[in-house]
Amino acid sequence: MIKKECIIIGGGPAGLCAATMALAAGCEVLLVERSSKLGGQLTKQTHKFFGSKNQYAKWRGFDIAEKLISEIIDHPKLTVLLNTTVVGLYKDQVITVLSGQKYTRYQGESLLVATGASEKFLAFENNDLPGVYGAGAIQTLMNIYGVLPGKNVVMIGSGNIGLIVSYQLIQAGAFVSTIVEAAPFIGGYKVHASKLVRLGTKILTSTTVKRAIGKDHVEAVEIISLDENFKEVPDSSRIIPCDALCVSVGLSPMHHLLSMIGALTKYIPELGGFVPLINDHFQTSLPPVFAVGDCVGIEEASAAMMEGFLGGLYMSEFLNKKHPNHDELIEKYEKELFLLRDGPYGKKIKAGLKKMEDANQYVE
Amino acid sequence: MRIKNHPILEFPQEEEIAFTFEGKSVKGNKGDTIASALSALGIMTLGHSIKRNRPRGFYCAIGNCASCNMIVNGVPNVRTCITSLEENMDVWRQKDKGVIK
Ligand SMILES: Cc1cc2nc3c(=O)[nH]c(=O)nc-3n(C[C@H](O)[C@H](O)[C@H](O)COP(=O)(O)OP(=O)(O)OC[C@H]3O[C@@H](n4cnc5c(N)ncnc54)[C@H](O)[C@@H]3O)c2cc1C
Ligand code: FES
Repeated sequence: MIKKECIIIGGGPAGLCAATMALAAGCEVLLVERSSKLGGQLTKQTHKFFGSKNQYAKWRGFDIAEKLISEIIDHPKLTVLLNTTVVGLYKDQVITVLSGQKYTRYQGESLLVATGASEKFLAFENNDLPGVYGAGAIQTLMNIYGVLPGKNVVMIGSGNIGLIVSYQLIQAGAFVSTIVEAAPFIGGYKVHASKLVRLGTKILTSTTVKRAIGKDHVEAVEIISLDENFKEVPDSSRIIPCDALCVSVGLSPMHHLLSMIGALTKYIPELGGFVPLINDHFQTSLPPVFAVGDCVGIEEASAAMMEGFLGGLYMSEFLNKKHPNHDELIEKYEKELFLLRDGPYGKKIKAGLKKMEDANQYVE
Repeated sequence: MRIKNHPILEFPQEEEIAFTFEGKSVKGNKGDTIASALSALGIMTLGHSIKRNRPRGFYCAIGNCASCNMIVNGVPNVRTCITSLEENMDVWRQKDKGVIK
């Protein structure tokens, strides 16, 4: 077994920022990433970021990733494992990683989980046909590998991700005929929605998918209208031809590794579903184990970065390697996180965090 | 289909990588995963479900869901969406749980 001071699982914005702080505090860091590149979700984001008063607003996601990576990649105390998945987590901060056909075990004095989120799925007839893809999957294929998985796409879900991926599909040369949304209103920002409508995409609210149609792959989709109780409106069925059906109905936090060691979790819908309970130092119920980013609550990259910085600082403090400017930096990132959540879109997150706080009191 | 013109991204002509799919010689690009190379070739079905033999394609493309599992160089259950394509790889659709030799 190979021993390390800090082990960070996941090289997205949250994991990268945690590594930045832990390295700056003098810790030795092992960063484990499943894919062939660092950067997480950011590597496929070609749009300019929203995110309010944050320093990275107006940057494109992949440029932010590039910057975060370049700032740490040559650090002598950093070891990065790419194409390596953490498949097991055990007490005493032991992890088993799988790379190709080989399993290796590492032990950390502390461990930080930043595994991000996975896409939610939707139940409808034939939802397993090839051609039914997650929105993130489409984004990965087009923006990282330059492959367009469909030419005539129907999008399910009008949140920001659904809207942004629709726009990116059009940029890549596809036609997005329709976006269906079960709620009576569009979920994402109006600016994104209006841009799509100008490009010829129909956005149908109070509408959902009933089934995908096709033998070996998606050829069309049947959609129906919904009344105010989300019940099917009789005779409202329509069939829309398409070669890809893109599902964008939200993300759920990937807390599963933490469940392997019995870290306490709670169902908090405002944060995206089951989340590990963490205290205000981003510590799980098993103190040497920390968690930051989308895996403790679905938010935005800007928030994931601030949480990463904070988690990295607290983890270093835990290892008795407090960053020389610890207090100042904590105050700075706490403040930015507060500002990010201050807008109307932060309401839900704040409600979720309140539930987390209450649950923590109960635990103590 | 490969994206040729894009307002923000550039996809330069990559070196080709030869591999076999269901015994036939095909080509992908350097930098591809197995799943992205197959998608570019218009191949949507990567395997079949165990009980009902229903076709399966990729779903998440980041290694979360196992919908893209295939047999690669004789090894079953390879998540082809996060496995880089290599010269002469032998790729087959998977129809069962897979046998580990
Ligand atoms: C289409 C889309 C548009 C978005 N637009 C914006 C925007 O405009 N502004 C904004 O602020 N945010 C945006 N976001 C949200 C933002 O991308 C995420 O909130 C952010 O990436 C979360 O960071 P993270 O580090 O927690 O997770 P991720 O970025 O998901 O990173 C997690 C990393 O962990 C790795 N990993 C997971 N499990 C394992 C394992 N077992 N072993 C090893 N590695 C593992 C993954 O491969 C991944 O690299 C968008 C998201 C999407 C999908
Ligand atoms: S498509 Fe989900 S694991 Fe490959």
